[in-house]
Amino acid sequence: MTAKAKWVDIGALDSIPVRGARVVKTRAGCIAVFRTAENEAFAIDDRCPHKQGPLSQGIVHGRAVTCPLHNWVISLETGAATGADKGQTKTYALKIEGGRLLLDAAEVAAGKVAA
Amino acid sequence: MTMKSLELVRSTKATAHRQRLVVIGNGMAPGRALDKLFEAAPGAYDVTIFNAEPRVNYDRIMLSPVLSGEKKFEQIVIHGDGWYVKHGVTLYKGSTVTAIDRTAKTVTSARGITVPYDKLMIATGSLPIVIPVPGHKLAGVLSYRDLDDVEAMLLAAKSRGTAVVIGGGLLGLEAAAGLKDQGMDVTVLHLMPTLMERQLDPAAGHLLQRAVEARGIKVITKANTKAILGEKKVEAVLLEDGTRLPADLVIMAVGIRPNAGLAKDAGLDVGRGIQVGTDMRTSDPDIFAVGECAEFAGQTYGLVAPLYEMATVIAGQLAGDASATFTPSVTATRLKVTGINLFSAGDFADAKDREDIVLRDATRGIYKRVVLKDNKVIGAVFYGDTTDGAWFFDLIKKGSDITAMRETLIFGPSYAGGSALDPTAAVAALPDEAEICGCNGVCKGKITTAITQLGLKNLDDVRAHTKASASCGTCTGLVEQLIKVTLGDAYNPTAVQPMCACTNLGHDDVRRLIVAKDLKSIPDLMQALEWKTSCGCAKCRPALNYYLVATWPGEYADDSQSRYINERVHANIQKDGTYSVVPRMWGGMTSAKELRAIADVVEKFNIPSVKCTGGQRIDMLGVKKQDLPAVWADLNKAGMVSGAAYAKGLRTVKTCVGTDWCRFGTQDSTGLGVKLEKFLWGSWTPAKLKLAVSGCPRNCAEATCKDIGVICVDSGYDIHFAGAAGLDIKGTEVLGHVATEDEAIEVIAALTQLYREQGRYLERVYKWAKRVGIDTVRQQVMDDVERRKALHGRFVYSQKFAQIDPWAERAAGKDAHEFAPLADLTFKEAAE
Ligand code: SRM
Ligand SMILES: Cc1cc2nc3c(=O)[nH]c(=O)nc-3n(C[C@H](O)[C@H](O)[C@H](O)COP(=O)(O)OP(=O)(O)OC[C@H]3O[C@@H](n4cnc5c(N)ncnc54)[C@H](O)[C@@H]3O)c2cc1C
Ligand code: SF4
Ligand code: FES
Repeated sequence: MTAKAKWVDIGALDSIPVRGARVVKTRAGCIAVFRTAENEAFAIDDRCPHKQGPLSQGIVHGRAVTCPLHNWVISLETGAATGADKGQTKTYALKIEGGRLLLDAAEVAAGKVAA
Repeated sequence: MTMKSLELVRSTKATAHRQRLVVIGNGMAPGRALDKLFEAAPGAYDVTIFNAEPRVNYDRIMLSPVLSGEKKFEQIVIHGDGWYVKHGVTLYKGSTVTAIDRTAKTVTSARGITVPYDKLMIATGSLPIVIPVPGHKLAGVLSYRDLDDVEAMLLAAKSRGTAVVIGGGLLGLEAAAGLKDQGMDVTVLHLMPTLMERQLDPAAGHLLQRAVEARGIKVITKANTKAILGEKKVEAVLLEDGTRLPADLVIMAVGIRPNAGLAKDAGLDVGRGIQVGTDMRTSDPDIFAVGECAEFAGQTYGLVAPLYEMATVIAGQLAGDASATFTPSVTATRLKVTGINLFSAGDFADAKDREDIVLRDATRGIYKRVVLKDNKVIGAVFYGDTTDGAWFFDLIKKGSDITAMRETLIFGPSYAGGSALDPTAAVAALPDEAEICGCNGVCKGKITTAITQLGLKNLDDVRAHTKASASCGTCTGLVEQLIKVTLGDAYNPTAVQPMCACTNLGHDDVRRLIVAKDLKSIPDLMQALEWKTSCGCAKCRPALNYYLVATWPGEYADDSQSRYINERVHANIQKDGTYSVVPRMWGGMTSAKELRAIADVVEKFNIPSVKCTGGQRIDMLGVKKQDLPAVWADLNKAGMVSGAAYAKGLRTVKTCVGTDWCRFGTQDSTGLGVKLEKFLWGSWTPAKLKLAVSGCPRNCAEATCKDIGVICVDSGYDIHFAGAAGLDIKGTEVLGHVATEDEAIEVIAALTQLYREQGRYLERVYKWAKRVGIDTVRQQVMDDVERRKALHGRFVYSQKFAQIDPWAERAAGKDAHEFAPLADLTFKEAAE
């Protein structure tokens, strides 16, 4: 993570369906923002570690998402594939404040540099 | 020789060699006796059975699960029609025997049929006791004894009224729980101050009462019924203390009385029941009595275990084994109400020479009581936690001296050896003589021997070969542990494949419980069926969503987050995250207008590929997700709707040109295909559903490898089903022939509905048909016309809510969040 976080408002938590996801477009590709049944939110790259499947299109359960292409189950907390599958997707810091979602743009920008 | 004289020869031969055995009553006891007899002496007797009930032999113990909706009658049949055919048994259903003539050696039924016997078996069971209070004959007052009673209760429960159950014993509580599950408002009346006062002390009686009340059943103890009130049918129950309880249904479950009237009229010795000796013969040596109607040494019985022992003795005697004798043993019983565990065994009446050891844990709702006499266990009652029941029952039966383990006795087998054992180890520690299945008297040694010698692999096999857990099923867990202990890792419990790791329930259980427990949302279902995960997984949620859609049309609100992405956005996701769009082309027909609209859309949205599919329509591939609503809006304008190329639902109806153009066509196959597609589109099914209609047996539409196919012929329509041409290849089965197009459509809709109701999620028609049997499907949609009409009716009803074009809805703004990003940071980043 870069030294200083820079939080940007990306929308209301309520604009994502419960157990659903939407994407945030960045120049380095899409970031998927998930909302769980418990109203937690997580941000991870919208790319499955398997074959780049769009994770935002999967089924959300507990703190995980099942990829729509070949059913890998990816942890939303760590971005890691679970079970027998191996691989990891990058996660991003995300905060909920007063019902709004805040994403660390500094980290996003750093990700872009790294990419 | 003519046919007639041939038959004559056979029957003279039969009388010369075979004895005639007549059985009165077709309940659980004689059923078992005949099983044993056919095993010991096949072909020795010509058997005729008279049964007052108009049906085959079934498991009476399991009536409560039928009442609660957890089982269907077909699942509790012991001897289906085929059994009678196989063993050459003549069964008179719905025929009550009214007289026995011991001199002429004949019995006569109410319908006037007289049959001679060499040996007679009386097995008339019991009659429920009816308290003769005023009003006890009113319509709506029932006992709880046979399937007719259960059917009458289920009918009464349909109007969801109020039921009063008189009697708080095992039967009364099972009836109350079942009626409650069926949605009735239920009150149990019990004469004594606490429930089951014979088995439980007052404190434990209260625990039980609390558990019953927690299910929403009211309990009134010390309730003395004075009268049942009502004009033509029951309206209320009046108690001695003046309380008036409104009631649409009254169940009397206050006890049973051996049904010995017929035997008494025939001059046999009768006390409370028909008196028999150790060889089960009555005072007439050619007449046996078995079951609840029999009295042995002043004792009558109301549980199956001793009755099955009687059955074994009779079979031995009839097969010529004079040494077969009956020695009654202790019995054990369980309350069969899901969620309430109660087990009692042996003798637990209070007496001077007896001591009690009691363990009570009111917070955990556990009560254990062991009755000792001369340092031996003679009775045991467990409430809340009944896992040690088998171990104690074994101590009772063996009369083991427990002095050495008295201190820890009440904690069960886990402590008997000093340290606690896990359940499997506890089963492993049981002696070979320990009884596992009380109903069928099967001990551990018999089960383990059968497993090793016959190479049994699963629960069904063990049930089939040993009968263990084949009656009331409460010992199923023990039997499974035994299989595990015996086979070790080789045991793979395939009996019920759980839906997924979130539950132990299989698909069929879940579907049944959705109806039985009236479950109408995924969270409710997961709560009620004790899901192990907080919100399921990608395997169970789509299945549950389908089951709820199919069970509650118009009531259940579809949960789009439980659908696969294709069904959520009504297009097919591609490997690069773009989508493909396939509009319906009814029966494969299209027009210049549709083709022009497609061409325009392809150009306007820069769609990279256009392809004819294998399903006679056109696919536009590579559409960007955010363009989907606009693409659909344009296609809608030209009159096209979603082809559901993504759906576990109706896909395509392929057709050939038929009589419209083809020189061989026999019927309008294109027209029928279009009609079918217009009727069936929008319906959700367990897996995708593909149809085809060919105009003659040349079969250009490939109808004989589809889920449902029609081959037109001169005389009408041959309807086929259960074909496959994807992962598996399989020709269809013939469902039947109909003369008209209307009939064809009705049969196909009924077939589709049956599949919707029985199919497991993702199970194609051919797999479903293989599982339930081609014949049963045929029987239900071709032969049973009433059933077909009912299925068709349910399909038509559910289509009212299904035929809404999902594209039009989304083009109009529904689920807009799906097609737009939450935020676009590309601009912000650029501005950095
Ligand atoms: C488009 C099409 C191929 C084509 O270009 O012709 C097609 C395309 C796909 N088929 Fe198919 N099938 C197509 C006709 C067929 C046929 C032929 C037919 O319908 O007459 C079959 C054999 C018949 C059958 O259904 O069994 C067929 C058997 C399958 C199967 C194997 C199903 C099975 O149970 O055996 C799958 C896999 C599955 O469903 O799990 C499948 C799965 C697929 C999927 C959905 C694969 C996927 O998950 O992405 C493809 C979607 C592509 C897309 O985005 O449109 N497709 N597929 C055809 C669309 C027909 C239509 O108009 O709707
Ligand atoms: C709801 C319910 C739950 C039960 N639960 C348990 C349990 O958990 N455990 C347990 O051990 N036991 C249980 N029982 C008791 C058990 O079902 C009986 O002990 C057993 O069925 C008795 O068998 P039977 O063959 O003697 O008589 P039945 O099974 O009653 O059969 C008698 C048959 O004879 C017919 N019949 C009577 N008279 C004539 C005639 N004159 N001519 C022709 N046919 C005639 C009757 O119609 C009936 O079909 C339960 C009973 C009920 C009703
Ligand atoms: S199925 Fe028969 S009628 Fe139809 S096109 Fe083929 S040959 Fe012609
Ligand atoms: S791309 Fe996600 S599982 Fe294959």
